[in-house]
Amino acid sequence: MLAIKNVFNKFFEIVGENVLSKLEGIGSFATHFFSIMYWTFKSPYRIKLFIDQLYFIGNKSLFIVALTSLFSGMVITYQTYIGMKVMGAYTLVGPIVVLTIAKELAPVFSAIIVTGRCGAAMAAEIGTMKVTEQIDALEVMGISSRQYLGVPRVWATMVALPLLNLVFLFVANVGSWFVGVELLGIEEAKYYAKLKEFVDFNVLLEGLIKAGVFGYIVGLIGTYHGFKVQGGAEGVGKGTNAAVVWGMIVILILDYFLTSLLVRLLYDYGV
Amino acid sequence: MKSAISCKNIIKRFGEHTILKNLSIEIPKGKITTILGYSGAGKSTLMKHFLGLVKPTQGSLTVLDQNVPTLSDDELRKFRKRFGMLFQYAALFDSLTTYENIAFPLKEFTDLNKNEILERVKELLTAVGLNEDSLYKLPSELSGGMRKRVGLARALALKPEILLYDEPTTGLDPITTKMVNDLITTTGRTENTTELTSVIISHDIQATLKISDYIAFLEKGEIIEFSPTEEFKNTTHPTIRKFLDLTTH
Ligand SMILES: Nc1ncnc2c1ncn2[C@@H]1O[C@H](COP(=O)(O)OP(=O)(O)O)[C@@H](O)[C@H]1O
Ligand SMILES: [Mg+2]
Repeated sequence: MLAIKNVFNKFFEIVGENVLSKLEGIGSFATHFFSIMYWTFKSPYRIKLFIDQLYFIGNKSLFIVALTSLFSGMVITYQTYIGMKVMGAYTLVGPIVVLTIAKELAPVFSAIIVTGRCGAAMAAEIGTMKVTEQIDALEVMGISSRQYLGVPRVWATMVALPLLNLVFLFVANVGSWFVGVELLGIEEAKYYAKLKEFVDFNVLLEGLIKAGVFGYIVGLIGTYHGFKVQGGAEGVGKGTNAAVVWGMIVILILDYFLTSLLVRLLYDYGV
Repeated sequence: MKSAISCKNIIKRFGEHTILKNLSIEIPKGKITTILGYSGAGKSTLMKHFLGLVKPTQGSLTVLDQNVPTLSDDELRKFRKRFGMLFQYAALFDSLTTYENIAFPLKEFTDLNKNEILERVKELLTAVGLNEDSLYKLPSELSGGMRKRVGLARALALKPEILLYDEPTTGLDPITTKMVNDLITTTGRTENTTELTSVIISHDIQATLKISDYIAFLEKGEIIEFSPTEEFKNTTHPTIRKFLDLTTH
Protein backbone atom coordinates (compact mmCIF):
# COMPACT_ATOMS: atom_id res chain seq x y z
CA MET A 1 0.00 0.00 0.00
CA LEU A 2 2.69 2.38 1.09
CA ALA A 3 4.65 1.71 -2.06
CA ILE A 4 1.65 2.59 -4.21
CA LYS A 5 1.11 5.74 -2.21
CA ASN A 6 4.72 6.72 -2.72
CA VAL A 7 4.47 6.13 -6.43
CA PHE A 8 1.36 8.28 -6.52
CA ASN A 9 3.03 11.03 -4.55
CA LYS A 10 6.04 10.94 -6.77
CA PHE A 11 3.84 11.03 -9.84
CA PHE A 12 1.95 14.10 -8.70
CA GLU A 13 5.14 15.75 -7.55
CA ILE A 14 6.70 15.40 -10.97
CA VAL A 15 3.56 16.36 -12.86
CA GLY A 16 2.99 19.25 -10.47
CA GLU A 17 6.51 20.56 -10.86
CA ASN A 18 6.32 20.35 -14.63
CA VAL A 19 2.99 22.10 -14.77
CA LEU A 20 4.19 24.78 -12.40
CA SER A 21 7.37 25.45 -14.32
CA LYS A 22 5.38 25.60 -17.58
CA LEU A 23 2.91 28.00 -15.97
CA GLU A 24 5.81 30.09 -14.75
CA GLY A 25 7.15 30.11 -18.29
CA ILE A 26 3.80 31.30 -19.63
CA GLY A 27 3.72 33.98 -16.94
CA SER A 28 7.10 35.38 -17.84
CA PHE A 29 6.31 35.17 -21.54
CA ALA A 30 3.16 37.20 -20.89
CA THR A 31 5.22 39.73 -18.96
CA HIS A 32 7.58 39.97 -21.93
CA PHE A 33 4.64 40.53 -24.26
CA PHE A 34 3.18 43.32 -22.12
CA SER A 35 6.57 44.91 -21.65
CA ILE A 36 7.13 45.00 -25.43
CA MET A 37 3.68 46.54 -25.90
CA TYR A 38 4.28 49.12 -23.18
CA TRP A 39 7.64 50.17 -24.57
CA THR A 40 6.33 50.32 -28.13
CA PHE A 41 4.22 53.33 -27.29
CA LYS A 42 6.77 55.15 -25.18
CA SER A 43 9.20 57.63 -26.69
CA PRO A 44 11.91 57.71 -27.86
CA TYR A 45 10.74 55.78 -30.91
CA ARG A 46 13.66 53.88 -32.32
CA ILE A 47 12.84 54.10 -36.03
CA LYS A 48 16.43 53.63 -37.13
CA LEU A 49 16.84 50.44 -35.11
CA PHE A 50 13.58 49.17 -36.58
CA ILE A 51 14.79 49.80 -40.13
CA ASP A 52 18.15 48.19 -39.34
CA GLN A 53 16.32 45.08 -38.17
CA LEU A 54 14.14 45.05 -41.27
CA TYR A 55 17.28 45.04 -43.43
CA PHE A 56 18.81 42.37 -41.24
CA ILE A 57 15.80 40.07 -41.64
CA GLY A 58 15.55 40.67 -45.38
CA ASN A 59 19.24 40.07 -45.81
CA LYS A 60 19.20 36.85 -43.87
CA SER A 61 16.10 35.27 -45.34
CA LEU A 62 15.28 36.69 -48.78
CA PHE A 63 17.50 34.34 -50.77
CA ILE A 64 16.46 31.24 -48.84
CA VAL A 65 12.79 32.14 -49.10
CA ALA A 66 13.13 32.59 -52.85
CA LEU A 67 15.01 29.33 -53.30
CA THR A 68 12.75 27.15 -51.16
CA SER A 69 9.59 28.70 -52.54
CA LEU A 70 10.62 27.88 -56.11
CA PHE A 71 11.03 24.19 -55.32
CA SER A 72 7.99 24.02 -53.04
CA GLY A 73 5.87 25.44 -55.84
CA MET A 74 7.34 22.93 -58.28
CA VAL A 75 6.88 19.83 -56.13
CA ILE A 76 3.39 20.67 -54.97
CA THR A 77 2.34 21.12 -58.60
CA TYR A 78 3.87 17.80 -59.53
CA GLN A 79 2.07 15.94 -56.73
CA THR A 80 -1.25 17.64 -57.32
CA TYR A 81 -1.06 16.93 -61.03
CA ILE A 82 -0.50 13.24 -60.39
CA GLY A 83 -3.44 13.13 -57.99
CA MET A 84 -5.78 15.09 -60.21
CA LYS A 85 -4.84 13.27 -63.37
CA VAL A 86 -6.12 10.00 -61.87
CA MET A 87 -9.46 11.67 -61.34
CA GLY A 88 -9.32 13.39 -64.67
CA ALA A 89 -9.59 16.80 -63.10
CA TYR A 90 -6.16 18.14 -63.93
CA THR A 91 -7.54 21.55 -64.92
CA LEU A 92 -7.98 22.10 -61.19
CA VAL A 93 -4.23 21.86 -60.60
CA GLY A 94 -3.76 25.62 -61.07
CA PRO A 95 -6.28 26.80 -58.48
CA ILE A 96 -5.49 24.04 -55.97
CA VAL A 97 -1.81 24.82 -56.07
CA VAL A 98 -2.32 28.55 -55.87
CA LEU A 99 -4.70 28.23 -52.95
CA THR A 100 -2.34 25.89 -51.09
CA ILE A 101 0.58 28.21 -51.59
CA ALA A 102 -1.22 31.43 -50.78
CA LYS A 103 -3.11 30.18 -47.75
CA GLU A 104 -0.62 27.77 -46.20
CA LEU A 105 2.78 27.20 -47.75
CA ALA A 106 3.81 30.81 -48.16
CA PRO A 107 3.04 32.07 -44.63
CA VAL A 108 4.06 28.88 -42.80
CA PHE A 109 7.27 28.18 -44.71
CA SER A 110 8.37 31.82 -44.64
CA ALA A 111 7.74 31.92 -40.90
CA ILE A 112 9.73 28.75 -40.33
CA ILE A 113 12.62 30.08 -42.37
CA VAL A 114 12.57 33.37 -40.47
CA THR A 115 12.45 31.46 -37.17
CA GLY A 116 15.56 29.50 -38.10
CA ARG A 117 17.44 32.43 -39.55
CA CYS A 118 16.32 35.41 -37.48
CA GLY A 119 14.51 34.17 -34.35
CA ALA A 120 17.61 32.15 -33.55
CA ALA A 121 19.90 35.07 -34.30
CA MET A 122 17.87 37.35 -32.04
CA ALA A 123 18.04 34.91 -29.14
CA ALA A 124 21.77 34.44 -29.66
CA GLU A 125 22.49 38.14 -29.96
CA ILE A 126 20.43 39.27 -26.98
CA GLY A 127 21.54 36.25 -24.93
CA THR A 128 25.19 37.08 -25.57
CA MET A 129 24.54 40.66 -24.52
CA LYS A 130 22.91 39.36 -21.37
CA VAL A 131 25.78 37.11 -20.27
CA THR A 132 28.41 39.73 -21.07
CA GLU A 133 26.53 42.35 -19.00
CA GLN A 134 25.80 44.54 -22.04
CA ILE A 135 22.12 44.48 -21.06
CA ASP A 136 23.06 45.64 -17.57
CA ALA A 137 25.18 48.37 -19.13
CA LEU A 138 22.12 49.62 -21.04
CA GLU A 139 19.93 49.55 -17.95
CA VAL A 140 22.55 51.34 -15.86
CA MET A 141 22.61 54.09 -18.49
CA GLY A 142 18.89 54.45 -17.95
CA ILE A 143 17.90 52.79 -21.24
CA SER A 144 15.25 50.07 -21.25
CA SER A 145 16.78 47.01 -22.89
CA ARG A 146 13.33 45.76 -23.94
CA GLN A 147 12.70 49.03 -25.71
CA TYR A 148 16.15 49.29 -27.27
CA LEU A 149 16.59 45.64 -28.29
CA GLY A 150 13.15 44.04 -28.07
CA VAL A 151 10.68 46.45 -29.65
CA PRO A 152 12.51 47.03 -32.97
CA ARG A 153 13.05 43.30 -33.50
CA VAL A 154 9.47 42.24 -32.76
CA TRP A 155 7.88 44.83 -35.04
CA ALA A 156 10.46 44.37 -37.77
CA THR A 157 9.70 40.63 -37.97
CA MET A 158 6.02 41.42 -38.05
CA VAL A 159 6.46 43.77 -41.01
CA ALA A 160 9.06 41.64 -42.79
CA LEU A 161 7.15 38.37 -42.84
CA PRO A 162 4.18 39.52 -44.96
CA LEU A 163 6.69 40.94 -47.45
CA LEU A 164 8.60 37.66 -47.54
CA ASN A 165 5.25 35.93 -47.84
CA LEU A 166 4.60 37.87 -51.06
CA VAL A 167 8.00 36.91 -52.42
CA PHE A 168 7.32 33.27 -51.59
CA LEU A 169 3.93 33.43 -53.24
CA PHE A 170 5.24 34.98 -56.43
CA VAL A 171 8.27 32.72 -56.86
CA ALA A 172 6.35 29.57 -55.90
CA ASN A 173 3.75 30.34 -58.54
CA VAL A 174 6.44 30.83 -61.13
CA GLY A 175 7.75 27.38 -60.18
CA SER A 176 4.26 25.95 -60.33
CA TRP A 177 3.58 27.43 -63.76
CA PHE A 178 6.90 26.10 -65.02
CA VAL A 179 6.22 22.54 -63.90
CA GLY A 180 2.53 22.57 -64.75
CA VAL A 181 2.62 24.24 -68.14
CA GLU A 182 6.16 23.74 -69.41
CA LEU A 183 7.04 20.32 -68.02
CA LEU A 184 3.75 18.49 -67.59
CA GLY A 185 2.08 20.14 -70.53
CA ILE A 186 -1.14 21.46 -69.02
CA GLU A 187 -2.48 23.90 -71.57
CA GLU A 188 -1.86 27.42 -70.33
CA ALA A 189 -5.45 28.48 -70.95
CA LYS A 190 -6.77 25.58 -68.89
CA TYR A 191 -4.16 26.18 -66.17
CA TYR A 192 -5.44 29.72 -65.76
CA ALA A 193 -9.12 29.19 -66.58
CA LYS A 194 -10.29 28.00 -63.20
CA LEU A 195 -8.01 30.31 -61.23
CA LYS A 196 -10.41 33.23 -61.48
CA GLU A 197 -13.22 31.12 -60.08
CA PHE A 198 -11.47 30.17 -56.85
CA VAL A 199 -8.83 32.75 -56.15
CA ASP A 200 -9.69 36.25 -54.98
CA PHE A 201 -8.22 38.99 -52.84
CA ASN A 202 -9.29 37.34 -49.58
CA VAL A 203 -7.04 34.39 -50.33
CA LEU A 204 -4.10 36.75 -50.51
CA LEU A 205 -5.30 38.53 -47.39
CA GLU A 206 -5.52 35.29 -45.42
CA GLY A 207 -1.85 34.55 -46.14
CA LEU A 208 -0.78 38.09 -45.33
CA ILE A 209 -2.61 38.15 -42.00
CA LYS A 210 -1.14 34.81 -41.04
CA ALA A 211 2.34 35.97 -42.00
CA GLY A 212 1.94 39.12 -39.91
CA VAL A 213 0.78 37.21 -36.84
CA PHE A 214 3.54 34.62 -37.27
CA GLY A 215 6.11 37.40 -37.64
CA TYR A 216 5.03 39.04 -34.44
CA ILE A 217 5.17 35.71 -32.60
CA VAL A 218 8.57 34.76 -34.03
CA GLY A 219 10.01 38.11 -32.94
CA LEU A 220 8.43 37.80 -29.52
CA ILE A 221 9.73 34.26 -28.98
CA GLY A 222 13.22 35.03 -30.30
CA THR A 223 13.69 38.07 -28.08
CA TYR A 224 12.05 36.35 -25.10
CA HIS A 225 14.53 33.49 -25.17
CA GLY A 226 17.37 35.99 -25.57
CA PHE A 227 16.42 37.98 -22.48
CA LYS A 228 15.87 34.75 -20.56
CA VAL A 229 19.42 33.47 -21.08
CA GLN A 230 21.37 32.71 -17.96
CA GLY A 231 24.89 31.48 -17.42
CA GLY A 232 27.59 31.58 -20.06
CA ALA A 233 27.94 30.40 -23.64
CA GLU A 234 25.98 27.27 -22.79
CA GLY A 235 23.01 29.37 -21.77
CA VAL A 236 23.16 31.22 -25.09
CA GLY A 237 23.12 27.88 -26.96
CA LYS A 238 20.10 26.70 -25.01
CA GLY A 239 18.27 29.98 -25.59
CA THR A 240 18.93 29.87 -29.33
CA ASN A 241 17.71 26.31 -29.53
CA ALA A 242 14.59 27.07 -27.51
CA ALA A 243 13.79 30.03 -29.76
CA VAL A 244 13.83 27.81 -32.87
CA VAL A 245 11.96 24.86 -31.37
CA TRP A 246 9.25 26.94 -29.71
CA GLY A 247 9.00 29.20 -32.71
CA MET A 248 8.20 26.28 -35.01
CA ILE A 249 5.84 24.56 -32.58
CA VAL A 250 3.86 27.71 -31.96
CA ILE A 251 3.65 28.58 -35.68
CA LEU A 252 2.26 25.17 -36.61
CA ILE A 253 -0.26 25.03 -33.77
CA LEU A 254 -1.32 28.63 -34.21
CA ASP A 255 -1.76 28.02 -37.94
CA TYR A 256 -4.67 25.69 -37.31
CA PHE A 257 -6.54 28.05 -35.02
CA LEU A 258 -5.80 31.05 -37.18
CA THR A 259 -7.09 29.17 -40.22
CA SER A 260 -10.37 28.26 -38.57
CA LEU A 261 -10.81 31.85 -37.44
CA LEU A 262 -9.93 33.46 -40.78
CA VAL A 263 -12.05 31.04 -42.77
CA ARG A 264 -15.05 32.27 -40.80
CA LEU A 265 -14.11 35.91 -41.11
CA LEU A 266 -13.02 36.09 -44.72
CA TYR A 267 -15.14 33.65 -46.69
CA ASP A 268 -18.62 32.38 -47.04
CA TYR A 269 -17.88 28.64 -47.11
CA GLY A 270 -20.51 27.78 -44.55
CA VAL A 271 -18.09 25.99 -42.21
CA MET B 1 31.44 65.08 5.89
CA LYS B 2 28.69 64.85 3.27
CA SER B 3 27.52 61.42 2.20
CA ALA B 4 26.96 60.47 -1.40
CA ILE B 5 25.24 57.25 -0.40
CA SER B 6 23.50 56.64 2.89
CA CYS B 7 22.07 53.25 3.84
CA LYS B 8 20.17 52.86 7.06
CA ASN B 9 19.20 49.44 8.42
CA ILE B 10 18.78 47.86 5.03
CA ILE B 11 17.37 44.36 4.94
CA LYS B 12 17.18 42.48 1.66
CA ARG B 13 15.54 39.11 1.25
CA PHE B 14 15.33 36.98 -1.86
CA GLY B 15 12.53 34.58 -1.01
CA GLU B 16 13.65 32.79 2.14
CA HIS B 17 17.25 34.00 1.98
CA THR B 18 18.25 37.13 3.78
CA ILE B 19 21.17 38.58 1.85
CA LEU B 20 21.56 41.92 3.61
CA LYS B 21 20.82 42.11 7.34
CA ASN B 22 20.38 45.47 8.94
CA LEU B 23 23.10 47.04 6.84
CA SER B 24 24.09 50.65 7.44
CA ILE B 25 26.83 52.65 5.76
CA GLU B 26 27.55 56.29 4.88
CA ILE B 27 29.73 56.56 1.79
CA PRO B 28 31.45 59.95 1.73
CA LYS B 29 31.22 62.29 -1.25
CA GLY B 30 34.26 62.86 -3.42
CA LYS B 31 36.26 59.94 -2.04
CA ILE B 32 37.26 56.47 -3.13
CA THR B 33 35.52 53.83 -1.02
CA THR B 34 36.04 50.10 -1.40
CA ILE B 35 33.67 47.45 -0.18
CA LEU B 36 35.55 44.25 0.59
CA GLY B 37 34.12 40.83 1.30
CA TYR B 38 34.14 37.18 0.35
CA SER B 39 32.23 36.11 -2.75
CA GLY B 40 28.57 35.65 -2.04
CA ALA B 41 28.67 38.19 0.79
CA GLY B 42 26.15 40.39 -1.02
CA LYS B 43 28.45 43.06 -2.46
CA SER B 44 26.95 43.16 -5.95
CA THR B 45 23.46 43.10 -4.47
CA LEU B 46 24.34 46.13 -2.36
CA MET B 47 25.68 47.96 -5.43
CA LYS B 48 22.48 47.21 -7.32
CA HIS B 49 20.58 48.89 -4.47
CA PHE B 50 22.50 52.12 -5.11
CA LEU B 51 21.27 52.15 -8.70
CA GLY B 52 17.72 51.21 -7.80
CA LEU B 53 18.05 47.97 -9.77
CA VAL B 54 17.13 46.12 -6.58
CA LYS B 55 14.80 47.48 -3.90
CA PRO B 56 15.43 46.91 -0.19
CA THR B 57 12.92 44.75 1.66
CA GLN B 58 13.22 47.15 4.56
CA GLY B 59 15.27 50.19 5.53
CA SER B 60 16.06 53.50 3.90
CA LEU B 61 18.46 54.36 1.15
CA THR B 62 19.40 57.89 0.14
CA VAL B 63 21.69 58.35 -2.84
CA LEU B 64 22.66 61.83 -4.07
CA ASP B 65 19.85 63.24 -1.94
CA GLN B 66 17.26 60.99 -3.61
CA ASN B 67 15.13 58.55 -1.68
CA VAL B 68 15.85 55.72 -4.13
CA PRO B 69 13.21 53.09 -3.16
CA THR B 70 10.41 55.61 -3.70
CA LEU B 71 11.44 56.66 -7.22
CA SER B 72 9.22 55.62 -10.11
CA ASP B 73 10.66 53.68 -13.04
CA ASP B 74 10.93 56.84 -15.13
CA GLU B 75 12.57 58.76 -12.30
CA LEU B 76 14.98 55.89 -11.77
CA ARG B 77 16.06 55.95 -15.39
CA LYS B 78 16.81 59.66 -15.12
CA PHE B 79 18.53 59.13 -11.81
CA ARG B 80 20.83 56.44 -13.21
CA LYS B 81 22.32 58.95 -15.65
CA ARG B 82 24.17 60.43 -12.67
CA PHE B 83 26.13 57.17 -12.39
CA GLY B 84 28.89 55.59 -14.38
CA MET B 85 29.65 51.93 -14.04
CA LEU B 86 32.66 49.90 -15.07
CA PHE B 87 31.79 46.22 -15.44
CA GLN B 88 34.07 43.28 -14.80
CA TYR B 89 34.55 42.57 -18.51
CA ALA B 90 33.85 46.14 -19.57
CA ALA B 91 30.49 45.17 -21.17
CA LEU B 92 31.21 47.14 -24.35
CA PHE B 93 28.53 46.85 -27.04
CA ASP B 94 30.25 44.38 -29.30
CA SER B 95 28.63 45.49 -32.53
CA LEU B 96 29.84 49.07 -32.02
CA THR B 97 33.31 50.59 -32.47
CA THR B 98 35.24 52.29 -29.68
CA TYR B 99 33.98 55.64 -30.94
CA GLU B 100 30.36 54.48 -31.08
CA ASN B 101 30.59 52.91 -27.63
CA ILE B 102 31.87 56.07 -25.98
CA ALA B 103 29.55 58.27 -28.02
CA PHE B 104 26.55 56.09 -27.15
CA PRO B 105 25.47 57.90 -23.95
CA LEU B 106 26.30 61.25 -25.55
CA LYS B 107 24.03 60.55 -28.53
CA GLU B 108 21.29 59.22 -26.27
CA PHE B 109 21.24 61.92 -23.65
CA THR B 110 22.83 65.15 -24.91
CA ASP B 111 22.11 67.64 -27.69
CA LEU B 112 25.74 67.72 -28.82
CA ASN B 113 26.25 67.70 -32.58
CA LYS B 114 28.51 65.25 -34.42
CA ASN B 115 31.66 67.37 -34.13
CA GLU B 116 31.14 68.11 -30.47
CA ILE B 117 30.61 64.41 -29.78
CA LEU B 118 33.79 63.49 -31.65
CA GLU B 119 35.71 66.10 -29.65
CA ARG B 120 34.33 64.82 -26.36
CA VAL B 121 35.10 61.21 -27.31
CA LYS B 122 38.72 62.12 -28.12
CA GLU B 123 38.98 63.99 -24.84
CA LEU B 124 37.70 60.95 -22.92
CA LEU B 125 40.02 58.65 -24.85
CA THR B 126 43.01 60.75 -23.80
CA ALA B 127 41.78 60.79 -20.20
CA VAL B 128 41.88 56.99 -20.05
CA GLY B 129 45.23 56.81 -21.81
CA LEU B 130 44.24 55.57 -25.26
CA ASN B 131 45.18 57.13 -28.57
CA GLU B 132 43.05 57.69 -31.63
CA ASP B 133 44.22 54.49 -33.32
CA SER B 134 41.58 52.55 -31.41
CA LEU B 135 38.78 54.94 -32.34
CA TYR B 136 37.27 52.84 -35.13
CA LYS B 137 38.16 49.38 -33.85
CA LEU B 138 35.56 46.90 -32.61
CA PRO B 139 35.82 45.57 -29.05
CA SER B 140 36.94 42.19 -30.43
CA GLU B 141 40.03 43.90 -31.86
CA LEU B 142 41.04 45.39 -28.49
CA SER B 143 43.00 43.77 -25.65
CA GLY B 144 41.33 43.18 -22.28
CA GLY B 145 43.09 46.18 -20.78
CA MET B 146 42.10 48.46 -23.65
CA ARG B 147 38.49 47.32 -23.37
CA LYS B 148 38.51 48.28 -19.70
CA ARG B 149 39.81 51.71 -20.65
CA VAL B 150 37.08 52.18 -23.25
CA GLY B 151 34.53 50.98 -20.69
CA LEU B 152 35.76 53.60 -18.28
CA ALA B 153 35.66 56.31 -20.94
CA ARG B 154 32.05 55.37 -21.68
CA ALA B 155 31.23 55.44 -17.96
CA LEU B 156 32.75 58.92 -17.68
CA ALA B 157 31.06 60.35 -20.78
CA LEU B 158 28.15 62.03 -19.01
CA LYS B 159 30.33 63.33 -16.16
CA PRO B 160 28.86 61.05 -13.49
CA GLU B 161 28.70 61.99 -9.85
CA ILE B 162 29.21 58.42 -8.71
CA LEU B 163 31.42 55.90 -10.44
CA LEU B 164 30.84 52.24 -9.58
CA TYR B 165 33.33 49.47 -10.18
CA ASP B 166 32.21 45.85 -9.71
CA GLU B 167 35.34 43.76 -9.23
CA PRO B 168 37.33 45.81 -11.72
CA THR B 169 40.41 43.60 -11.61
CA THR B 170 39.04 40.10 -11.04
CA GLY B 171 40.38 37.75 -13.67
CA LEU B 172 42.94 40.19 -15.08
CA ASP B 173 46.69 39.54 -15.34
CA PRO B 174 48.97 41.42 -12.92
CA ILE B 175 50.05 44.07 -15.42
CA THR B 176 46.53 44.91 -16.54
CA THR B 177 45.44 44.83 -12.88
CA LYS B 178 47.99 47.49 -12.04
CA MET B 179 46.92 49.54 -15.02
CA VAL B 180 43.26 49.41 -14.01
CA ASN B 181 44.08 50.31 -10.42
CA ASP B 182 46.18 53.27 -11.57
CA LEU B 183 43.30 54.30 -13.79
CA ILE B 184 40.86 54.18 -10.86
CA THR B 185 43.10 56.41 -8.77
CA THR B 186 43.83 58.94 -11.50
CA THR B 187 40.15 59.09 -12.38
CA GLY B 188 39.00 59.30 -8.79
CA ARG B 189 41.58 61.93 -7.88
CA THR B 190 41.86 64.14 -10.93
CA GLU B 191 38.43 64.15 -12.65
CA ASN B 192 36.84 67.01 -10.71
CA THR B 193 38.26 65.63 -7.47
CA THR B 194 35.75 67.08 -5.08
CA GLU B 195 32.78 65.95 -7.10
CA LEU B 196 33.36 62.37 -8.19
CA THR B 197 32.60 59.64 -5.68
CA SER B 198 34.10 56.24 -6.51
CA VAL B 199 32.75 53.02 -5.06
CA ILE B 200 34.68 49.82 -5.73
CA ILE B 201 33.72 46.24 -4.98
CA SER B 202 36.74 44.06 -4.62
CA HIS B 203 38.48 41.22 -2.89
CA ASP B 204 41.93 42.33 -3.99
CA ILE B 205 43.22 43.51 -0.63
CA GLN B 206 46.61 44.80 -1.82
CA ALA B 207 45.14 47.15 -4.39
CA THR B 208 42.35 48.19 -2.06
CA LEU B 209 44.80 49.34 0.58
CA LYS B 210 46.69 51.35 -2.04
CA ILE B 211 43.87 53.10 -3.81
CA SER B 212 41.06 53.62 -1.27
CA ASP B 213 40.35 56.50 1.07
CA TYR B 214 37.82 54.41 2.98
CA ILE B 215 37.30 50.68 3.28
CA ALA B 216 34.20 48.79 4.33
CA PHE B 217 34.03 45.09 5.06
CA LEU B 218 30.83 43.22 4.23
CA GLU B 219 30.36 39.91 5.99
CA LYS B 220 27.17 37.84 6.08
CA GLY B 221 25.04 40.76 5.00
CA GLU B 222 26.40 43.29 7.44
CA ILE B 223 29.08 45.96 7.36
CA ILE B 224 31.34 44.82 10.18
CA GLU B 225 33.96 47.52 9.73
CA PHE B 226 34.06 50.87 7.97
CA SER B 227 36.97 53.19 8.42
CA PRO B 228 39.67 55.26 6.70
CA THR B 229 42.31 53.06 5.08
CA GLU B 230 45.03 53.67 7.71
CA GLU B 231 42.68 52.66 10.52
CA PHE B 232 41.38 49.69 8.57
CA LYS B 233 44.89 48.26 8.21
CA ASN B 234 45.17 48.03 11.99
CA THR B 235 41.73 46.63 12.69
CA THR B 236 41.53 44.00 15.40
CA HIS B 237 38.33 42.44 14.08
CA PRO B 238 39.19 38.72 13.83
CA THR B 239 37.30 37.99 10.56
CA ILE B 240 38.97 40.91 8.81
CA ARG B 241 42.41 40.13 10.25
CA LYS B 242 42.04 36.64 8.84
CA PHE B 243 41.06 38.06 5.44
CA LEU B 244 43.96 40.55 5.53
CA ASP B 245 46.49 37.93 6.61
CA LEU B 246 45.22 35.36 4.13
CA THR B 247 45.54 37.65 1.18
CA THR B 248 48.69 39.58 2.06
CA HIS B 249 50.91 36.50 2.33
N1 LIG C 1 18.08 38.17 -7.90
C1 LIG C 1 18.46 37.27 -6.96
N2 LIG C 1 17.61 36.31 -6.55
C2 LIG C 1 17.97 35.42 -5.61
N3 LIG C 1 19.17 35.40 -5.01
C3 LIG C 1 20.07 36.32 -5.37
C4 LIG C 1 19.78 37.32 -6.36
N4 LIG C 1 20.87 38.11 -6.52
C5 LIG C 1 21.80 37.64 -5.66
N5 LIG C 1 21.34 36.57 -4.97
C6 LIG C 1 22.07 35.81 -3.95
O1 LIG C 1 22.62 36.73 -3.03
C7 LIG C 1 23.89 36.29 -2.57
C8 LIG C 1 24.89 37.42 -2.72
O2 LIG C 1 25.14 37.62 -4.08
P1 LIG C 1 26.08 38.81 -4.61
O3 LIG C 1 25.52 40.10 -4.16
O4 LIG C 1 26.25 38.63 -6.07
O5 LIG C 1 27.44 38.51 -3.85
P2 LIG C 1 28.91 39.08 -4.12
O6 LIG C 1 28.83 40.12 -5.15
O7 LIG C 1 29.36 39.59 -2.80
O8 LIG C 1 29.74 37.91 -4.55
C9 LIG C 1 24.25 35.06 -3.37
O9 LIG C 1 24.04 33.93 -2.54
C10 LIG C 1 23.27 35.08 -4.51
O10 LIG C 1 22.93 33.76 -4.89
MG1 LIG D 1 29.61 40.24 -7.15
